[in-house]
Amino acid sequence: MRLRRGHDAAMPALETLPEKRKITTKPRPSDVAFRGIVTTFGLINLLILTLIGSFLLFRGLEVLKNEGFGFLTNQKWDIVPDESGNQPKGMIGLGSMLSGTILISFVALSVALPISVLTALGLNFYAPLRVRSFLVTMIDLMAAFPSILFGMWGFFVLMPSAEYWAMLLHRYFGWIPIFDVPQPFFTRSPFIAGLVLAVMIIPIITSVSREVFSQAPLDRIQAAYALGANKWAMIRAVVLPFGANGVVGGAMLGLGRAFGETVAVFTVLNIVYQTNWDILFGAGGNVASHIVLRWGEAGEYEVKALLAAGFVLFLLTLFVNMIANSIVRATVKKGR
Amino acid sequence: MTHSQNNGSGDKEMETKTRPTPNSLASVASGRAQKQPGTAPLGSGLEARGVHAWFGSHLALRDISLDFSAGTVTALIGPSGCGKSTFIRTLNRMHEFIPTAAFAGQVLLDNKDIYEASVDVTKIRLQIGMVFQKPNPFPSMTIGENVLSGIKLAQLDVPKSERDDLVQDCLERAGLWNEVKDRLDAHGGSLSGGQQQRLCIARALAVKPKVLLMDEPCSALDPGSTLRIEETINQLSSSMTIIIVTHNMQQAARVSDYTAFFLSDGGPGELIEVGPTSEIFTKPRDQRTENYVSGRFG
Amino acid sequence: MSVTTTTVAPTKPWVKTPWQRLPSLSLVLLSLIASGIIIEMTPLKGKLGFFLVFVPILTISETILARVKADKKAAQDVLVSSFIWTATFLVFLPIASILVTAIVKGLPGLKPNIFAETMQIVSFTDPLNKGGLLHALVGTLYLILLSIAISVPLGILTALYLTEIRGPGSNFIQFIVQAMSGVPSVIAGLFIYSSLILATPLRSSSMLGAFALVILMVPTVTRTSQEVLLLIPNDLREAGLALGATQWKTVAMVVVPAARSGLLTAVILGVARIAGETAPLLFVLGGADGLNWNPFSGNNSALPFYIWKGFLIGLPEAIQRAWTGILILLIVVLILFATARYLGSKNRRKP
Repeated sequence: MRLRRGHDAAMPALETLPEKRKITTKPRPSDVAFRGIVTTFGLINLLILTLIGSFLLFRGLEVLKNEGFGFLTNQKWDIVPDESGNQPKGMIGLGSMLSGTILISFVALSVALPISVLTALGLNFYAPLRVRSFLVTMIDLMAAFPSILFGMWGFFVLMPSAEYWAMLLHRYFGWIPIFDVPQPFFTRSPFIAGLVLAVMIIPIITSVSREVFSQAPLDRIQAAYALGANKWAMIRAVVLPFGANGVVGGAMLGLGRAFGETVAVFTVLNIVYQTNWDILFGAGGNVASHIVLRWGEAGEYEVKALLAAGFVLFLLTLFVNMIANSIVRATVKKGR
Repeated sequence: MTHSQNNGSGDKEMETKTRPTPNSLASVASGRAQKQPGTAPLGSGLEARGVHAWFGSHLALRDISLDFSAGTVTALIGPSGCGKSTFIRTLNRMHEFIPTAAFAGQVLLDNKDIYEASVDVTKIRLQIGMVFQKPNPFPSMTIGENVLSGIKLAQLDVPKSERDDLVQDCLERAGLWNEVKDRLDAHGGSLSGGQQQRLCIARALAVKPKVLLMDEPCSALDPGSTLRIEETINQLSSSMTIIIVTHNMQQAARVSDYTAFFLSDGGPGELIEVGPTSEIFTKPRDQRTENYVSGRFG
Repeated sequence: MSVTTTTVAPTKPWVKTPWQRLPSLSLVLLSLIASGIIIEMTPLKGKLGFFLVFVPILTISETILARVKADKKAAQDVLVSSFIWTATFLVFLPIASILVTAIVKGLPGLKPNIFAETMQIVSFTDPLNKGGLLHALVGTLYLILLSIAISVPLGILTALYLTEIRGPGSNFIQFIVQAMSGVPSVIAGLFIYSSLILATPLRSSSMLGAFALVILMVPTVTRTSQEVLLLIPNDLREAGLALGATQWKTVAMVVVPAARSGLLTAVILGVARIAGETAPLLFVLGGADGLNWNPFSGNNSALPFYIWKGFLIGLPEAIQRAWTGILILLIVVLILFATARYLGSKNRRKP
């Protein structure tokens, strides 16, 4: 189609556009193979994840079918076959361990979250440059510590002190129900386990928060300062609204980690199968440590039950992590 | 008005040649009424004395001395990279946010050096406001809240009864009231670029500054918004001192009473010439100024 | 232009002079003294008691000072700064404590025999000049090598899929990888047990341990590799394609070599992640006390398992062995971490 060169420049000629051409390339065999291989490997991840869920479910199915929903709520774990060798219904369930999981994880989060957010603000806006990279390295290092190290440290170093604080808390705040104890047994309590977990998840939450805060838009920060804000006013007006979502995502990542932590909890908590909401009292457990505790002497049926418990834990952490990741991803994309 | 000039490469005799650009600039510039310095009751204005600015060991500004009389509009012009933005940021102590920044000299607001140790810098920034090149309203706040954000950030004592009037007053002066008066609860990010910039101006006005610094406020906007903001500047200039950095010489000619020309020859930025706008554009004293305003470079 | 030599010196008038810092410093001193006095006079004791008294006293007095000298918003600013300082201290106190504890408690057991002997004929409660953790070291080495062999191809190829090919399933695979990174370590062990040990003739071995660790390692390797690959500027890829190379050649010969040290960092970080994992091993490794040179069959050991056993026994010599094991494990992790950091910074300094 040619442009009509007109003598009347006042009215330009209307041009009909040509049809769009379809551009195709025949892919070379090597590229097809490459894409095939790489895509396959990408899909293997999906396969693994599905297999994990499937096998655990498959193995534990018998127990889950026996107990039904009670598997989640029953507050006993008595593997006691009756005369005909069958396990009567209603005798095993994760109830106490689920509430224990939630209890210690939330103790951990309530200690770790404020500390992490404040530290992240400090690293981004208060620490001098040279100090900052050292501190960040230290926190990343702590994220790499083995969990058994946290467990041992928690047991031998933190617990003696924490026991003292627990007694103080009980003496002065024991009127609050959660700080009451049935007996003065303060060692290896959910409180201490929660503190150890807090130390373990602080690096995660701090890292995510720090990343998010560092992306707070500089032009808005400058606008706040130009209006006569001091540092805290600026943080409150610009950084916190911007980073709130990301911090929530980071907190949920930490929560997911706390839900699944095994070894550290096992060393520091007195794993007893009972529902204990008195955080200062030395008894409790979480699903992961319960599995480890019972594994050694588990008979065939109990093994299945423990695998079913694993399936429940798998779903729980999967769920929390999915939410956390979508929140963090949304914050990163937002970046306005 | 004090001038600080470096010696130019000879005082070439200005010939009355016909140069298209300077003439149109000149006609615009001389068309503006000359402001009498010191007529507005705003204190004695802003003065920079011997301002030097460094980034690390690199000297970005050398020996800038400028006097901004109260109630006047001064344009800072010059090619890119000559230090105009750096200079304007020394005037409200935003320069020091850069970690490697260093400074020498004085900046006097009402004859008091704002860099003195005992000064509360946040209070200075209330008196010397700033509007940035890219509009930056706070998206998490409504339009009304944006206007009042300066009050909130500085925790100024403004009784609730006066706040609505303040919002209206500032938005009117910024030329935005009619467009947003029905949606003060809408979010700050929902406006067009030009409207956002006027919102930023209203926000800066709410804390009642004596001086308003504007760093290329129209360079990211369309011509219609630009014109409206220039009208705003004209109206505001009766009640405060305005200093505007601009790349657009026509804008400088339209808007300002005085113009200062900055230049950097690869080295530190220096103040070449300053004077009433009409003079700068019709009969500049320095050859380099002449070259710049006639479009020979920059 | 006349060049005048500048005799003006750069200054930073906004930085607080020592004289200006004096009120703050004297407050710190006064608070220390006041806290000391209060500690003497009340039942609060120990470092904790001092901390609990000192921090509030200092915070409150600094806030009041700011309120008096300036105004309410300055006081709030000072209050928040105090919280931030306190929080930062609370983060680094455990780090320091853990490092110091590991060193102090682990050193006494660091004798030459532990690198040469195993626990096959020695009991955990025997004196420490007998027995050692050689089997654990070998076992950990096996685990690391086998895990690398599997997770490196899997992780890096997945990262390549996500960055280079970006097929229609990319978002989904990304999501899957992120979900995998949240799988608790105990689940990984349970999975290998329930799928391989229960269903096949395979029994506990280093290989099965490695399988479990791979599940934990791949997400780390993938994520870090992805970040590294995304940093490679597109110009490089376009240059390769413009020269007529196929996509796989571009990736293999241009992109991957450019990202080489970053990918290595990803692998090292992955190894650091799994070197200290205990829980999955409890189900699939067997916890042998002696050397097993065969990684593919038979119970084997690893450092975390060795530590775990020591702790469970609970008697002093066993605990000492555990601490020494921890110290060695920590040194391994530190070396890996430092190497990854070094490579990472070298990578960043490249133009």
